[in-house]
Amino acid sequence: MIVTDYPFEKIRRKLAGAGLYLNIGGFVSHIRSDIDLVAEGIYQLYAGAPILDADCFADFHIALKRPTNHRRWLKPQVLFSFDDFVPFKPLPYAQAFALLEWGLNWCISTHAQQFLIIHAAAVEKSGFTAILPAPPGSGKSTLTAGLVSRGWRLLSDELTLITQAGMIQPIARPISLKNRSIEVIRDFAPDAFIGKVVTDTIKGTVAHMRAPADSVARVMEPAAPGWIIFPKFVADAPARLESAERSYAFIELAENAFNYSLQGTEGFLRLGNLIDCTEAHHFSYGNLEEAVAMFDQLARSKLNASS
Amino acid sequence: MHPADCLIVRALRDTLQLTSLPMREWDLLIRQGRKAGLLARLHWQWTQSGQIKQVPEAALAHLQSARIIADKQALAVRWEVSQIRTTLLSIGVPLTLLKGAAYGLSGLAAGRGRVFSDVDMLVPKTHIALVEAALKMRGWVATQHDAYDQHYYRNWMHEIPPLVHLKRLTVIDVHHAILPETARMKPDPALLLDAVRAIPGESGLFTLAPSDMVLHSASHLFCGEFEHGLRDLSDIDLLLREFSTTAGFWDELVPRARQLDLMRPLYYALHWATRLFATPIPTNVLNAIDTCGRPLAPVKQFMDILLKRALAPDHVSCHDALSATARMLLYTRAHWLRMPPHLLAYHLAHKALFPPRAAEN
Repeated sequence: MIVTDYPFEKIRRKLAGAGLYLNIGGFVSHIRSDIDLVAEGIYQLYAGAPILDADCFADFHIALKRPTNHRRWLKPQVLFSFDDFVPFKPLPYAQAFALLEWGLNWCISTHAQQFLIIHAAAVEKSGFTAILPAPPGSGKSTLTAGLVSRGWRLLSDELTLITQAGMIQPIARPISLKNRSIEVIRDFAPDAFIGKVVTDTIKGTVAHMRAPADSVARVMEPAAPGWIIFPKFVADAPARLESAERSYAFIELAENAFNYSLQGTEGFLRLGNLIDCTEAHHFSYGNLEEAVAMFDQLARSKLNASS
Repeated sequence: MHPADCLIVRALRDTLQLTSLPMREWDLLIRQGRKAGLLARLHWQWTQSGQIKQVPEAALAHLQSARIIADKQALAVRWEVSQIRTTLLSIGVPLTLLKGAAYGLSGLAAGRGRVFSDVDMLVPKTHIALVEAALKMRGWVATQHDAYDQHYYRNWMHEIPPLVHLKRLTVIDVHHAILPETARMKPDPALLLDAVRAIPGESGLFTLAPSDMVLHSASHLFCGEFEHGLRDLSDIDLLLREFSTTAGFWDELVPRARQLDLMRPLYYALHWATRLFATPIPTNVLNAIDTCGRPLAPVKQFMDILLKRALAPDHVSCHDALSATARMLLYTRAHWLRMPPHLLAYHLAHKALFPPRAAEN
């Protein structure tokens, strides 16, 4: 059973009561919240997530609640907790769903050290994955949203998980679009579902795009690495792909990894193997159509080379 | 729930049927273990015993994740100790490690899969100023800038204000005694320092003698706060098991407790380790500590009520209506044991009138 197999009211009541056990990107999350924004967000943006029964093992037990303080009435807030532990300060009430997303990122990056966790997006086509590490503002999420709207499989928008076997473990959670990219994606992919737009967050204006149904359905299928691509949005520039030094790719990925140093020798070996079996490129683009075309071409050439 | 019945305690005591444990209980086991800081230790214990193969994949991932963090911390502590050792060697002061760092560096079972928050060390009080100055030359800086806090540490406590390394942000606690100078029990630090043991293969590094290690751990737990209560008791269990084969250990333990004025904490440690972890302790040792360390019956009964709550993991599945009160009362008791009433009144009044500002710490 998936979320939308149930009427919204039932999901809302479950969340407000004993909680909902959802398979979110391969992690079972037990979520409790009596906040309607959270229920709506889950119903819309995790529409295809499988629901599990309450007797299962949950990786994360989380709750989003209004803190009980005087601000409850004046300026309502929302508080994220992980098994009664509160890792962050409360946020304004309107950001409740965004806080769930950020909280889930925190859960994964603090409690799943068995993966090498890289701050990067990952998309797959024809069996090969493009890993896109990039600082905020480089157009990583926009490019990811564009690619998955045109047939690429979404593995992750934010956290790329590398398994011990050197594969990429999909997460397939909603893509977080910021500021102008919200409009860009609305124009580029009118069929994509984009949730409530929230202004004035720490990351500016934020809205989440639902992961493609196929990506969610295939979340338990790890994918092989193919490329490491450093994207950069340059207004009005033509799409340009340029090969990057492997040493550069290694250092950049290590710096973008949450737990490279924590994993010690294992992290070094895992990253080394990843670099050994991928091509590294710099990629700048000013137009999303062109960018997608160039990625498609990259996937075709890899497919031809490997067949 | 009695802590002996909590899943994490049953798992560590090896009385859980892993192959028939329902997923719902695996879920609770991992949550209790995480709260108690004992997941990495469980991973280590089950790897040793081979039971790790019986752990379902979903739960195993969390044990592995905790183990990776603990292994990294162990490595970081080793590095930190090497830096402190170099610093102390330059002024000719030997480095005596306490608690986690001591267990880790001397390869004791109690150090495996253990979570660390800082490095604790013991130096003679006469050398404190020299040691502090030397550490400050090498990048460690003071953490407590408030004049009152400085006074509190330097006049009443058994340690100087914690030092933090500017670049690595690691914290070290430099002790000159194992209990505050103002505490009711007065273990003489000179006795401890006279009995230190060199760590084999680690020049310039020392630990307390085996019985003193147990007594220090017991006094830290049962005269202090119970934030890591279950983890500390598990340390004591592992120390006792490992030292039980050391010649003379059991014969010396209770007499040493008398010498150091630590009979009461040892009484609690031995009895609670037996209750929760089924630690094999010779009957004559238990009889001996009962004779000199057992509190009066009403005190014992009251402490049992408090300790059975404070030693359970601080997880919702182990709480009952009295858990919060029990922890609060033990916290109060810890302060009571640390200072005579007039100082305690002064200290609490100061804290109430001048609450510490968050930004300063």
